[in-house]
Amino acid sequence: MSSAIDALVAREYQYGFTTDIESDTIPPGLSEDTVRLISAKKEEPAFLLEWRLKAFRRWQQMTEPHWPNVSYTPIDYQATSYYSSPRTKKPLGSLDELDPKIKETYDKLGIPLHEQKLLAGVAVDAVFDSVSVGTTYKEELKKHGVIFCSFGEAVREHPELIERYLGSVVPYSDNFFAALNSAVFSDGSFVYIPKGVRCPMELSTYFRINAADTGQFERTLIVADEGAYVSYLEGCTAPKRSTNQLHAAVVEIVALDRATVKYSTVQNWYAGDEEGRGGIYNFVTKRGKAMTDAKISWTQVETGSAITWKYPSVILQGDNATGEFYSVAVVNNRQQADTGTKMIHIGRNTKSNIVSKGISAGKGQNSYRGQVKVLPKAEGARNYTQCDSMLIGNACGAHTFPYIEAQNNTAIIEHEASTSKIGEDQIFYLKQRGLSAEHAVSMIVSGFCREVFKELPMEFALEAQQLLGISLEGSVG
Amino acid sequence: MSTTEARVSSFLRHWEASTEAPAWLRDLKSRAVASVEAHGFPTTKNEDWHFTSPAPITEAAFDPMRASTTAPTAADLAAVAFVPDAWPTLVFVNGRHAPHLSRVRGLPDGVRVMSLASAWHEEPTLVERHLGRHARFEEQALAFTALNTAWMQDGAFVSVPANVTVAEPIHLLFVTDAQGAGGMAHPRNLLVVGTHARVTVVEQYVTTSDSGYLTNSVTEAAVGDGATLTHHKLQREGRQAFHVGHIEATLGRDSHYVSFAFSTGAALARSNIYTALAGEGCGATLNGLYMLGGSQVSDHQTRIEHAQPNCYSREHYKGVLDDASHGVFNGKVYVHAIAQKTDGKQTNNTLLLSPDARIDTKPQLEIFADDVKCTHGATVGQLDDRMAFYLKSRGIGAAAARQLLTYAFAADVIETIELEPLRVELERLALERFVA
Repeated sequence: MSSAIDALVAREYQYGFTTDIESDTIPPGLSEDTVRLISAKKEEPAFLLEWRLKAFRRWQQMTEPHWPNVSYTPIDYQATSYYSSPRTKKPLGSLDELDPKIKETYDKLGIPLHEQKLLAGVAVDAVFDSVSVGTTYKEELKKHGVIFCSFGEAVREHPELIERYLGSVVPYSDNFFAALNSAVFSDGSFVYIPKGVRCPMELSTYFRINAADTGQFERTLIVADEGAYVSYLEGCTAPKRSTNQLHAAVVEIVALDRATVKYSTVQNWYAGDEEGRGGIYNFVTKRGKAMTDAKISWTQVETGSAITWKYPSVILQGDNATGEFYSVAVVNNRQQADTGTKMIHIGRNTKSNIVSKGISAGKGQNSYRGQVKVLPKAEGARNYTQCDSMLIGNACGAHTFPYIEAQNNTAIIEHEASTSKIGEDQIFYLKQRGLSAEHAVSMIVSGFCREVFKELPMEFALEAQQLLGISLEGSVG
Repeated sequence: MSTTEARVSSFLRHWEASTEAPAWLRDLKSRAVASVEAHGFPTTKNEDWHFTSPAPITEAAFDPMRASTTAPTAADLAAVAFVPDAWPTLVFVNGRHAPHLSRVRGLPDGVRVMSLASAWHEEPTLVERHLGRHARFEEQALAFTALNTAWMQDGAFVSVPANVTVAEPIHLLFVTDAQGAGGMAHPRNLLVVGTHARVTVVEQYVTTSDSGYLTNSVTEAAVGDGATLTHHKLQREGRQAFHVGHIEATLGRDSHYVSFAFSTGAALARSNIYTALAGEGCGATLNGLYMLGGSQVSDHQTRIEHAQPNCYSREHYKGVLDDASHGVFNGKVYVHAIAQKTDGKQTNNTLLLSPDARIDTKPQLEIFADDVKCTHGATVGQLDDRMAFYLKSRGIGAAAARQLLTYAFAADVIETIELEPLRVELERLALERFVA
């Protein structure tokens, strides 16, 4: 059994190539001038520069948090470049004018930007280093009144929406990395679904870090107006480099009355090599606010990054709001993940459901950290949490830190957690039915993750299954 | 809290000048003082004190507790505590051993039950080998344990030699009377259980007055190979009082440690129960019940350290919170990399009876070994309407049904107590509380 598991855990990262492209990268370092420079490059209105500067000043007074159950070499914030974009001569008229090298990059990643070749019915916003390089299916979406564009474009075209919703869920003062992001964020995606509109296709953003020694600080803002529906997917990769790169993103979701937002992530940043050299530090703040009868659902498959530190959360503000969190987090080699969710029950009859599956292999350390908080006015709040951990090999760790805080006696909260290894008896059973040990392990693992994968849109579910196989390669010993 | 820290230092200097204590004890106490000086007292910023602010204790200026000049009578004790005649009992009043109220007889040969103050002289080797070796204190979260270590003067000493079974439970009764008002006591207990020995110890904390004071107790237990220590703690301090208690047990190979923590007293109570499963094949069972009302705060912290393979742990804590009370439960289970075949199970259930009651629960697993089976579960809720409906359909009124269900919720965990007189007494207390 061990050799099969080993083989499964040791496959290589296949998105680790770099694209040789001329880019416009500002010198490393961070000061008020850097913030002003980024804002000027993006030709932003005054309110946004002011907001960035407020965030920067706040960030300077904050200290980097160290409570997560992860350890890493300290980050030198002055050694990172905060802006890098592929150099273009003039604004692009359409996607066809996009630099062929960039197109090639996305082709290699399996994200073709030619609309006719696209996965049917998925609109993609492609973010390359600090800027969005193209958004597909824009015209089709426009017909339904859906706005799906890069953040920079939204600032130019729809400043009133940005001013109204930016920072309304994750204020610039929220935490150290959110403040840093607010000061220096370069691009990202913006989605607005008008009242009562069901978005006709899945929306997707694909993030790619290419340049070395840069950080990626994108910001995603999704606003679903009353009664709207949208399903949004996010994917990410980066080249293999021996130095660590910082990725500090912010995602804000606003689900107004009766709106539904489904946000799915397949996170596959470069995880570093077997010895833990290189890899992305993925320190992300994701949060949604659900108003009356609204629903926000987070689904994440976390297989990449040297260090993951993220807690997609839902503020259940309105009555009858629903929050969901489905997560599969895999750590192998020397990866560390401290991830989970927060469900803050404020409105009456609010419901939340948490399913977290952690898989640890190699020397990986996986922590689930979750908070379920029921405030005094949240009559009839309901939470169900299930978090299961699977350990593969004897050098890894699985940890659970649930915080359950109930201040209302009508709340019903249930939390269940279990930790176990892949059963020898399960593998033996599958082997005697004619499966190889490797197949047996991958079958058991995908069974373990099934509850989460069934929440993913079809194409993503397939990708996630494959990814899981890749990240665990060689870990079964 | 600098005043208390300063007082700890000055106390120690005074004590050192006035005693001929051995060098190891001087060293232990000065390390404890240094730890309090270096780390100070925790605040809610300390993860282990996140939900319970110790400020009401650290900001109150307690003096060392005065001795009682009018010691309570046996009748006074019987009115506030559970005192079965058959149990060998050591009584401590305001932190000091009260020989005239204690009675220790009929114990098997070699079993020693005495005050720690006597044990310094009578059992110096055992005391030196164990005192301060089990209860760690050199971190901010354990500042109260450090305070106890610096200040300890008296407490109980129980030693059971190898292969001896003690039939009757040994009862350690700590009483604070009206003269203890405004004072702080630091009882320090040491339980040493030899190889294959069996003993039950009941620790009980009560008061005969309703004044404010602080009990800051520490109990260390060494459980030998193949031994069984059943250790029950009843915390029934006064409603104005503060109670901080720390129990730390080290378990030998194939030994058992069975604990029940019953907590109904004190304005603010904190109870740590730490166990180190340090021998292969040993196991710990930690159960508890907290029943709170008014504005009481009660915080239970358990820590089970699986340091060796093939050990088990079972934990079940239940809470019934009424009025504006606040309960906290933090159960930590650590499984070391070598602790393969660990079997751990932990459950915390809390019943909230009133809209103002509040519970913060944090069942925590930290696992570094792969071949383990660990689960934990936590629930928070109110009485099940369907159960109440069923009882109503059988002709039981709404109020009675509610009382019955609340009692049943609590009794469920009380029933795990094997010591019959204690189980009956706790059932009676629960019944009295919930069934008016």
